[in-house]
Amino acid sequence: MPHMSSIDNPVTPSPWAPPRLSRRWWPVFLRNLLVWRKLAVPSLVGNIAEPLMWLVAFGYGMGALVGQVNMATPQGNMAVPYILFLASGSICMSAMNAATFEALYSAFSRMHVQKTWDGIMNAPVSLDDVVLAEMLWAAFKSLFTVTAILGVMLALGISHSPKLLLAWPVLWLTGITFSCIALVFNALAKGYDFFTYYFTLFLTPMMFLSGVFFPREQLPEVVQHLSSGLPLTHAVALVRPLFMDQWPQGALGHLLVLAGYGAVAFWIALALTRRRFSR
Amino acid sequence: MSQPLFTAEQLVKRFGDATVVNHLSFQIQPGECLGVIGPNGAGKTTTIRMCLGLTSPDEGRITAFGLDMPRDAMAIKARLGVVSQMDTLDPDFDCAENLLVYGRYFGLPRRTIEERIPRLLAFAALTHKARAKPGELSGGMKRRLSLARALVNDPQLLLLDEPTTGLDPQARHLMWERLQLLLQQGKSILLTTHFMDEAERLCTRLLVLDHGRKIAEGRPRELIAQHLEPDVVEVYGPGALDLARQEAHAGLRALAARVEVSGETVFFYTAQPQPLLAALGTLPQLRTLHRPANLEDLFLKLTGRQIREDG
Repeated sequence: MPHMSSIDNPVTPSPWAPPRLSRRWWPVFLRNLLVWRKLAVPSLVGNIAEPLMWLVAFGYGMGALVGQVNMATPQGNMAVPYILFLASGSICMSAMNAATFEALYSAFSRMHVQKTWDGIMNAPVSLDDVVLAEMLWAAFKSLFTVTAILGVMLALGISHSPKLLLAWPVLWLTGITFSCIALVFNALAKGYDFFTYYFTLFLTPMMFLSGVFFPREQLPEVVQHLSSGLPLTHAVALVRPLFMDQWPQGALGHLLVLAGYGAVAFWIALALTRRRFSR
Repeated sequence: MSQPLFTAEQLVKRFGDATVVNHLSFQIQPGECLGVIGPNGAGKTTTIRMCLGLTSPDEGRITAFGLDMPRDAMAIKARLGVVSQMDTLDPDFDCAENLLVYGRYFGLPRRTIEERIPRLLAFAALTHKARAKPGELSGGMKRRLSLARALVNDPQLLLLDEPTTGLDPQARHLMWERLQLLLQQGKSILLTTHFMDEAERLCTRLLVLDHGRKIAEGRPRELIAQHLEPDVVEVYGPGALDLARQEAHAGLRALAARVEVSGETVFFYTAQPQPLLAALGTLPQLRTLHRPANLEDLFLKLTGRQIREDG
């Protein structure tokens, strides 16, 4: 093969080149794990206290007013206690929020404020591997939070479905998808204030339109169409039946949508981060 | 000459319309300390970033250890040690943990790193601070920890971007002593600095950059001899500036090869200082300082005395 680089015309790689990943993401992931281990207990309390307050306040408080929610299943309509309806939706929201916070605020601190990434890239670790490590790390933290909340839900006897075991990998995938999306905004941010847009314009509407708190069928038809395109909707569509010991309908489609959002967002996040660091 | 460790050929880097590095070439020989000096914005940090493959040159080529940048960036970086201008230490880890975590980025096994940590901490004079976090360290200690971290992979070549900026004299001297020690051990160093005494003390060879171009290259003493008269007489005090301007003093000025003014001081550059000093002796209200020409004179001659916009 001829030698590629010449003095006059070196190959300047496009930021949109496919990801070049290696096993060097692992020491970066491990670094984040070691830091977190020092702060795990207070961080765990923060991560699960808030979702549980939602659950108790709305589940028991509103649940008393709402009573039961009618859900369409392959076996016909099923009346579901509101607390179960809410728990199965809000755990998806928790996966989304935990991944988002980590991949926005914490990753931004490491990337921009502490310059941790710059230090790492002086060693033989590529930016692609750093971004991959941050993505997997945020997804891991999200999975950890979700696991703790699942434990509390089991202890409260909200669901005893054996299919909860399958909800677990789905929630992990949800964490991955939202980590990837958050890293796109991380790559664009000039400061922490920028993230307010993401929360106000994307996450908050998503929280209310994805069927976490009430069935999507209550929404006007136009909004329902919009809502069916949101990644959180697909996570809820998968996790809720599993909480009710049912098989989700069209599971493969929902999984593909979640994975597709994740893959496309990761690619965009990587390209924008490469562009940010090439200066 | 032996095979160079590191070669940069005709590097060009543009950001928009600005050419930050302009056809820059240099080599680093094994065991050598190459100093890169230049005013702010001369292209020093961009050059280092290109050397690390962090940004790719628009033209030109970099090779190190017989490998090609950026194609073999990871293999090259495995043999480099880097201290960047800003500390990038992990604030949540203590000194020993910082070294351990950093060693893992090189794929080193935990045992190997743990064997090295006591030696690295001793080298950085931080043995007593092994369990202290960077936030509890002084500026000099942080820089030494950064240097120890850059040595965790036992690199052949160190890239140091302004390693002593912001340090007090004691901390700078300790850093210089450590860098001398590394050179004695056979390491090679590329060093950028703003301190001419540092460049003169440590560097075997110097590269003077301005506006992204190489404007001089050579051994410090030879560069001074090549560009400057050997003696400098600085004159200041009431009426000193008149010496440089008034017709009445033209004869005195003729005793020097070159006269420059900076602020309130007049600089006379000459190979024969005695007649000049005798003439100045008749003006007792002025204060004079007679000294050999140094690297700072060279630097100011080559890059000018005016303050840079971003300086």
